[in-house]
Amino acid sequence: MSLAAHGFLSPSGVEIAFLLVGLVTFGAALVTVTTKQLVHAALWLVVTLGGLAVEYLLLTAEFIAWVQVLIYLGSVVVLLLFGLMLTKAPVGRSPDADSGNRPVALAVAVAAAVSLVWVVVDAFRTTWIDLDGPAQGSTEVTGHFLFRNWVLPFEALSVLLLAALVGAIVLSRKRATATRNSRSGKEQR
Amino acid sequence: MNDVLDVALRLAVVFAVFLVVPLVVGQTEHKVMAHMQGRLGPMHAGGFHGWAQLVADGVKFAQKEDVVPANADRRIFQLAPAVALLPYLLVLVAIPIGPSEGAVGQVVDAGIFFVLAVMGIGVLGSLMAGWASANKFSLLGGLRTAAQLLAYELPMLLAAASVAMAAGTVSLPGILNAFEWWWLPWQIVGALVFFVAGLAELQRPPFDMPVADSEIIFGAYTEYTGLRFALFLLAEYAGIVVLCGLTTVLFLGGWHGPLGDDGLGWVWTLLKTAVLAFVIIWLRVSYPRLREDQLQKLAWTVLIPLALAQIALTGIVKVAIN
Repeated sequence: MSLAAHGFLSPSGVEIAFLLVGLVTFGAALVTVTTKQLVHAALWLVVTLGGLAVEYLLLTAEFIAWVQVLIYLGSVVVLLLFGLMLTKAPVGRSPDADSGNRPVALAVAVAAAVSLVWVVVDAFRTTWIDLDGPAQGSTEVTGHFLFRNWVLPFEALSVLLLAALVGAIVLSRKRATATRNSRSGKEQR
Repeated sequence: MNDVLDVALRLAVVFAVFLVVPLVVGQTEHKVMAHMQGRLGPMHAGGFHGWAQLVADGVKFAQKEDVVPANADRRIFQLAPAVALLPYLLVLVAIPIGPSEGAVGQVVDAGIFFVLAVMGIGVLGSLMAGWASANKFSLLGGLRTAAQLLAYELPMLLAAASVAMAAGTVSLPGILNAFEWWWLPWQIVGALVFFVAGLAELQRPPFDMPVADSEIIFGAYTEYTGLRFALFLLAEYAGIVVLCGLTTVLFLGGWHGPLGDDGLGWVWTLLKTAVLAFVIIWLRVSYPRLREDQLQKLAWTVLIPLALAQIALTGIVKVAIN
């Protein structure tokens, strides 16, 4: 990354593409939370997450982009759709899709967005990625960074995920034994 | 200008392969299944052994009326076949068939992640079809598809990760360059896991629970007619080509062979891919369909532990070599 001064007035092709894809992503995200058709919301989420992957690609972070597609489009959205198919979501509009929490949700979203934008802007200021040089987000570079400089956070995160996994198993088991107890209780009566 | 021409030519070749090879696999399936079951198969279209049967089928599909059910979610219903088919075209771009620079559509740095990620998107097409048809059989098919994908994506990824560890790279040409013949016995468990999980992801027999015709008609594709239905079928055959090509590249050494690596490497790739495609057809004729709970059990209690064991073995051998 270089600290050389950059103008905003003569954008390169990549920068224009980045902006346009960003607008599409933002629009898709808005539709995701405002549409009244539940499954459409999940499919617009696909567009949003895919748009983010394209943004990563434009920033030469190829590895992150494909992982984004693999995890979010390939697994998380499939899980979401699986869940939606188990509900009674109709093909058309769901009249009761809006909850009364709309203003609160909006406030939380805006607060989260402001804090994220503020942190990122404050951290990088006028640093620019040199897109023409060797790729700075290739698998090799990402791997070196991850396992040379950030091993401890990486391991901490994996422990956190493991804890979540174990927690999920414990929660789902507890309910099973509880129902069994209540059932046997009934039989005893 | 030369670069543009080069890229255009590569894409044209990949597209031609994408259009032709799945049809060849389809025709082979007609014939192989027929012979294994002691019958002839289609013999008339085109004269010699019915070679033009698939072309005739294509014409038939194109002539049929394109029906969209009245209660269906129109746009998603119509979009679904494209979402199911296009990912396989994209994957084909990244599969190298020979040792030279010119033998791959486009070298992708994180090749393994690219192919697995894009293959996963294809399933969204089935889910969209299953939900948008407004038909309970389709919905059941979609549910089964989703459950199956969630179960089999993990062992597939783990098996592929084992090869990436062995080669020290995630680029497909890079893996082939690092390949040695003794990788074959070393990675054989991973290869089996990858192939079986891939079969399940393609919903081919014996993993065709999502389209089980005796229970839910044709699963997510029940309401489709004409060309859109043909596109789903084409996606299945394109999926076979992609899965066999990937297994060849990752586990069977791609263009490596006993002789003629330099000039005729692509022949080895095609040969191995063809043999694997034959095995897929063979499995369809010889195995009964797995029940839904057997499907899940196979993935979670057999394939995932095997894949993890393979990763451990890869790690141990890798450290021992170094």
